[in-house]
Amino acid sequence: MIATASPTVPTPAPTLIQLYLGFAQISMSAFGGALPWARRVLVEDRGWLDSDDFTDTLALCQFLPGPNIINLSIAVGSRFRGPLGALCAFLGLMGAPVVLAIGLGALYGRYGQLEALRGMFAALGAAAAGLVITTAAKMAVPIVGRQPIVGIPVIAGGFIMAGLLRWPLPLVLAIIAPLSVGLAWRLRR
Amino acid sequence: MKGLASILGALVAQFAVLSLLAIGGANTVVPEIHRNAVDVHHWMSDRDFANLFAIAQAAPGPNALITTLVGFKAAGIAGALVATIAFCLPAGLLVFVVIGVWDRIQQSPWRAAVQAGLGPVTVGLVAASAFLLTRAADRGIGLAAITLATAAISYFTRLNPLWALGAAAVLGASGLVH
Repeated sequence: MIATASPTVPTPAPTLIQLYLGFAQISMSAFGGALPWARRVLVEDRGWLDSDDFTDTLALCQFLPGPNIINLSIAVGSRFRGPLGALCAFLGLMGAPVVLAIGLGALYGRYGQLEALRGMFAALGAAAAGLVITTAAKMAVPIVGRQPIVGIPVIAGGFIMAGLLRWPLPLVLAIIAPLSVGLAWRLRR
Repeated sequence: MKGLASILGALVAQFAVLSLLAIGGANTVVPEIHRNAVDVHHWMSDRDFANLFAIAQAAPGPNALITTLVGFKAAGIAGALVATIAFCLPAGLLVFVVIGVWDRIQQSPWRAAVQAGLGPVTVGLVAASAFLLTRAADRGIGLAAITLATAAISYFTRLNPLWALGAAAVLGASGLVH
């Protein structure tokens, strides 16, 4: 299978039903976190966004408050199809998981024991972490290739502050975002 | 026992505020959700919360499902729906407005600079969360091998990663990996 449509042929804007189904596909694949699946479905499978669009839109969603992938569904849905598109993408993302979570919550309330599933959760968590590593790498490659002077130090800085030092996110953003945007502004062509 | 309406009201008040405080995603406000659900409102025990959190992480869908499960535990199906909507709606409306403005200033040079600057920040944060997730998940050599294998397969091949997740689930359920 070919990864994405050729860049010279624009992908037609998805319909409301396609938005619903695309985001349902993301959520129903997303065991242990939705971000890797959001990128895979939106960029690689369906070609609605290119890698840069995805990173830019996610950046906006990350800076605004609220759950990132839910914000992403609203941003992508509204960009293609306005308020109804946002609603369809949101319902696609949340509909089935909410029903499933209520079912699991009811099972938990009834049996209250998850020991049998603990080993499975642990292994799923380990695999899901691997998917996030891949997502970070795939997002980094085009940015580092195009703008290494901004990209490399800023990616490293964010990783160190949020990952190694575990500083709270608002602090990390307050430090690194103005520096990064300022640097990009000075280097603009 | 408080009435259903007052519990639903408490859920809306709590999650609508947290929606606008959750910069960086649902997991950033989990400590606050925990404090409200366990210590303030006594909707559940500490252990209940930990288990619901594990379910929300492992179940398919966004991590924000923790709000659905807390709402369900507090007030049944109505609670689940009310909590989920209260958590998603305020931030969602804000995104809707901002993305509209953002797309209208497409040509502006400062938008280009903001984009060029914020992209690497986002990548750095995703890399940080990859690191933190890996460290939390990999409590043994078998689990670390699963992480590495999944990363390698999903980076270098076009195989659907669901195969890797499925294989990991089977290995984990069989008790072969620690």
